[in-house]
Amino acid sequence: MELLSNLALGFQNALSLTNLAYAFMGCFLGTLIGVLPGLGPLATISMLLPLTYALPPDAALIMLAGIYYGAQYGGSTTAILVNLPGESSSVVTALDGFQMARQGRAGVALSTAAIGSFFAGCVSTLAIAMLASTLAEFAFEFGPKEYFSLMILGLLLATVLSTGPVLESIAMVVLGAMVSLVGTDVNTGEQRFTFGLTQLYDGVDFVVLAMAIFGFAEIVRNLRTDPEDRSLVTQRITNLFPSREDWKRMAAPILRGSIVGTMFGVLPGGGAALASFAAYTLEKKVSGTPEKFGNGAIEGVAGPESANNAAAQTSFVPLLTLGLPSNAVMALIVGAMMIHDIQPGPQVMTSNPNLFWGLIASMWVGNLILVLLNLPLVGLWVKLLTIPYRFLYPAILMFCCIGIYSLKNDTFEIYQAALMCVAGYVMLQLKLPPAPLLLGLVLGPQVEENFRRAMLLSRGDATVFFTSPLSATLLAIAAAALIFMLLPAVRSKREKALQE
Amino acid sequence: MLSREAKVEVRNQRALLSGAVFFAFAVFYLFLSKDYDPGTAARMGPGYFPRMLGYCLAALGLLIMAGSLRRSADLEKIAPWNLKVLLWITGSIVLFALLLPRAGLVLSLAVLLTVAGRASREFTWRGSIISTVVLIAIAVGAFYYGIGLQFPLFPVGL
Repeated sequence: MELLSNLALGFQNALSLTNLAYAFMGCFLGTLIGVLPGLGPLATISMLLPLTYALPPDAALIMLAGIYYGAQYGGSTTAILVNLPGESSSVVTALDGFQMARQGRAGVALSTAAIGSFFAGCVSTLAIAMLASTLAEFAFEFGPKEYFSLMILGLLLATVLSTGPVLESIAMVVLGAMVSLVGTDVNTGEQRFTFGLTQLYDGVDFVVLAMAIFGFAEIVRNLRTDPEDRSLVTQRITNLFPSREDWKRMAAPILRGSIVGTMFGVLPGGGAALASFAAYTLEKKVSGTPEKFGNGAIEGVAGPESANNAAAQTSFVPLLTLGLPSNAVMALIVGAMMIHDIQPGPQVMTSNPNLFWGLIASMWVGNLILVLLNLPLVGLWVKLLTIPYRFLYPAILMFCCIGIYSLKNDTFEIYQAALMCVAGYVMLQLKLPPAPLLLGLVLGPQVEENFRRAMLLSRGDATVFFTSPLSATLLAIAAAALIFMLLPAVRSKREKALQE
Repeated sequence: MLSREAKVEVRNQRALLSGAVFFAFAVFYLFLSKDYDPGTAARMGPGYFPRMLGYCLAALGLLIMAGSLRRSADLEKIAPWNLKVLLWITGSIVLFALLLPRAGLVLSLAVLLTVAGRASREFTWRGSIISTVVLIAIAVGAFYYGIGLQFPLFPVGL
């Protein structure tokens, strides 16, 4: 019954009037920006992050979580209505969702996505509440060497499971870690890689990097392509409500999708994209009429949408229990937590139960808000979709520039972002994945810290990572995953799977 | 076009350049790290971990370059660069940063939005002016009066 009392505590916190207001604002702003074509959750979150800095920690996290779900849902809306998936997790939704929209069933597709997401949100919130305490207890056994190995494993899994060639992704993590060392070395107080600039003593702000890449460099890349022909579904969306037949057809896929998503979300690097892909494949396999998929099958919307929402939520599990962000969005959230002086990890639950359970309860509240918010506002979202890109990107630039300035009330960060925009454009041109870079940047200092401590404790003996059973197991899994991914046969299959 | 005498055919140009960029950055980073004391494995100084990462990235860069030359490497070219757009956008950001503390929010935003607007092929003065005015109004309302961010609204010290 501890679970119930914990959840009760959480709901008490999440349902306070101010926190409810922040959750609502987060969901609204997240959807508002996430719905704009070309702006995925990463860009949305990094743009809106500065807004949460002034808030108290629990309100800030609750609002951030709202922004995340909103952005995720906004992405699905874009996928269904314009066939322009803003990010990889809604690619699958576009397959059948857009077909449904073309058949005049856009409203039904949108409400299916909302209902599926809501149900999945309920399942995964419960799963998190149950899993979190167990995993966190496990994490208390960890010392520096175990943490080091765990982070290596997490970073490696996150790279091999994300898009992009394996070696290049790993190089991006290393690069991110290298950049993270800029600033004051905590152990000796010495300045590293600061070029004598006092503004760099605190290190490179991950928000600046995120906005420079997902905001600025993305714009440069988007402007290169020819004026897109946006096959927007322009007819008015009239019937939002699924028929009895629709309800029957979506029930099982939603349930299956929720389970698949909950499981995939916990995996480092897995997250929403992999989950929605897996759910779609599963639905197609169990369906009696697989030929309907791709032609507007409601199952093809219900399954993946439930899965990606469930996964979006359970990806908080490794973060909250082990302090390990499993994807780039979680890396941004770690950064936000650190700004509020919360070190993500197992101790959050015990030292800050209000915040921890409040966040979990607010996940459920956020999902409810999304359903209540999005269905009536569909008309507004459709209007937003018609804004041409040439009016959109100056606005993105403006919000990013002012947002970056607001971090420290200083223009230095804007110059820094301009430089990173150039670097980011080179990265995008070379198809180097930016997500691992961000993970490396956020986790780099902790990897160094734990490495140093472990080596200090072992008096400079590096074999300690292999003699401690827990650490050795973690490293063995990491090595196995790496070797497996580098096998030629798996490699080509993986590329195919990720491309689809 | 590769000449006929070329001994090694570059199959994956994208990977080759990526590897080279990684390698070059690693060398630069290692060069900077030589000023930091590495200490010993048991008592690491500020230079130990950076060196480890530097060597690691250098090795990865070389591996990636080597992989791009293999006969089984994927055929990949680099997408055409669009330096003009990059210049307009980056330039507009730098101009904004330069102008903001001196000329104030309104003017610097006008410059940012107009210069950046030129990057689009569908640029028209009319559309640009209208959207610039609207966006400046939003920014002044939300950030100056709303959140109360600290910057001058109009040129200072004139």
